Amino acid sequence: MTRRAAVVLALAGVGVLFAYPFLWLLSASLKDRSQVFDNALLPEVFRPENYAEVWRAVPLLAWVGNSVAVGVAAALAATVSSAVVAFGFARFRFRGRTVLFGIVVATMMLPAAVTMVPVYLEWHAVGLATTQVPLWAGNLFGSAFYVFLLRQFFLGLPAEVFDAARVDGAGPWRQFRSIALPLARPGLVVVFVFEFKAAWTDLIRPLIYLREPELYTLPRGLKAVLDRFGQGGEAQWELVMAASVVATVPMILLFLVAQKHFVRGVVTQRVEE
Amino acid sequence: MSTREARAGWLFVLPWVIGFLLLTAGPMLYSLFLSFTHYDLLKPARFTGLTNYREILRDGRAATALWNTVFFTLLHVPLQIVLALGLASLLRRAGRSAGFFRTVLFLPTMTPPVALAALFLLLLNGQNGAVNAMLGWFGFTGPQWTTDPAWIKPGLVLMSLWTIGSTAVLYLAALTRVPGERYEAARLDGASAFRQFWHVTLPGISGTVYFTLIVNTIASLQVFTEAYTMFFGARPSSPAEGDAALFYVIYLFQEAFGSLRMGYASALAWVLFLVIAAITALQVRLSRDYVHYEDRA
Repeated sequence: MTRRAAVVLALAGVGVLFAYPFLWLLSASLKDRSQVFDNALLPEVFRPENYAEVWRAVPLLAWVGNSVAVGVAAALAATVSSAVVAFGFARFRFRGRTVLFGIVVATMMLPAAVTMVPVYLEWHAVGLATTQVPLWAGNLFGSAFYVFLLRQFFLGLPAEVFDAARVDGAGPWRQFRSIALPLARPGLVVVFVFEFKAAWTDLIRPLIYLREPELYTLPRGLKAVLDRFGQGGEAQWELVMAASVVATVPMILLFLVAQKHFVRGVVTQRVEE
Repeated sequence: MSTREARAGWLFVLPWVIGFLLLTAGPMLYSLFLSFTHYDLLKPARFTGLTNYREILRDGRAATALWNTVFFTLLHVPLQIVLALGLASLLRRAGRSAGFFRTVLFLPTMTPPVALAALFLLLLNGQNGAVNAMLGWFGFTGPQWTTDPAWIKPGLVLMSLWTIGSTAVLYLAALTRVPGERYEAARLDGASAFRQFWHVTLPGISGTVYFTLIVNTIASLQVFTEAYTMFFGARPSSPAEGDAALFYVIYLFQEAFGSLRMGYASALAWVLFLVIAAITALQVRLSRDYVHYEDRA
């Protein structure tokens, strides 16, 4: 056996281990209640009704809608604001820039759990603590990791383009809007898909802020489904699995269409020390 | 620098400055203030001096939560780094099939942690879960991953390994940046595969490994979602079992939003902040001798 074949064989083994939970999940979501635990990859009887049942039992459609709305708002806010801030750091020289950018990089290391309580109290003080607003509005101010990433993109653009535009009378905003933004599109897409995924999968903030089940995003709703149909004692795990599939499939599809953006995002994650 | 340019620069970065004051610096100071008070949202905060910090020192659950978190981190972070590095090395040698396997390994990282936790509650089930069934093929009797307090954290670590794909992809990118001539030189010197890895590969990617060590440690010390989904919430869990999965941020969350002890939770948050800062500083110090900075992204 050649070395390459041994490597591919090892990867195939790992690949099976990594794919198995997905297949198990999908299969369990289609099984009869009595067979969820049989570990067979093909259900003995197919019960797609599980999906209809969980759909009737909880406002799944509303949760999907909420997740899409919050995800798009969070991603859009993060993309636009981070691009504006990143352009400021990349394109203009001003006193304090180096120090300020140092603080941006430092906040990436700041544990989010530390500001959890006071930020909640702020939203509480302005009367928005039980709405969906806190799930995305914080993104309106740019986020450190994305500012860093987009700044790299802007620094990579040739300075002559901007100089030429300035000679033609384009002000800073027009340089940003009509030159930098279109050229940085690959970077903007990375930020958008990353933040959409982050918002779509987040549990802790929906747990803190959302009280009404109608406002739940999918992870918060899925936790409620688990508490009621799984852990709660009813032991209707096939419904929990069906709801889990509903929460997961959109992310899989997003990955399949935007794979290269996710990979690029992960690879650019590494920050200069 | 012209004043016009400086003004434009400040205007562009202004959103971030406002956000930093409103959502980071301000809250940090507010939280520091609250940590010296008793505050339950209903009555105004009452100054209580060091009472909260003294209570933390005597609080058995805080100690348990901190220990659980450190234990999980000590197991999770090194395992994740070593296994991700192994996978990345395999991917590097996989030739044309690398793209396919990269997709397969990366996909689990897209799963919402709540869905992942619900799924692994069943896969890790002690009686009839798939994990123990697989162990059974090799003649092992698997433990009660989800109910035995001694095995709950190892179970969570095992589960976390399903999502090492993004770290592996990051390492793969670093591996491809190590210049090929160095391997040739090492081979000419008769270096074994192990020595090549130790003297060429590892120094070449040490910056990336160091980065993931720091970032993953910080993230791991704030572990919340999976354990909370599996062992807390509406679930009437037995105290022993519940405390085996009581991680620090879960305890902080419960104190703040369950018991509405905002002052005490703020003190807990500052303790966590100091612990994380100390550990990060230690890692930065220790790494000085081992990290080669040529490996820049």
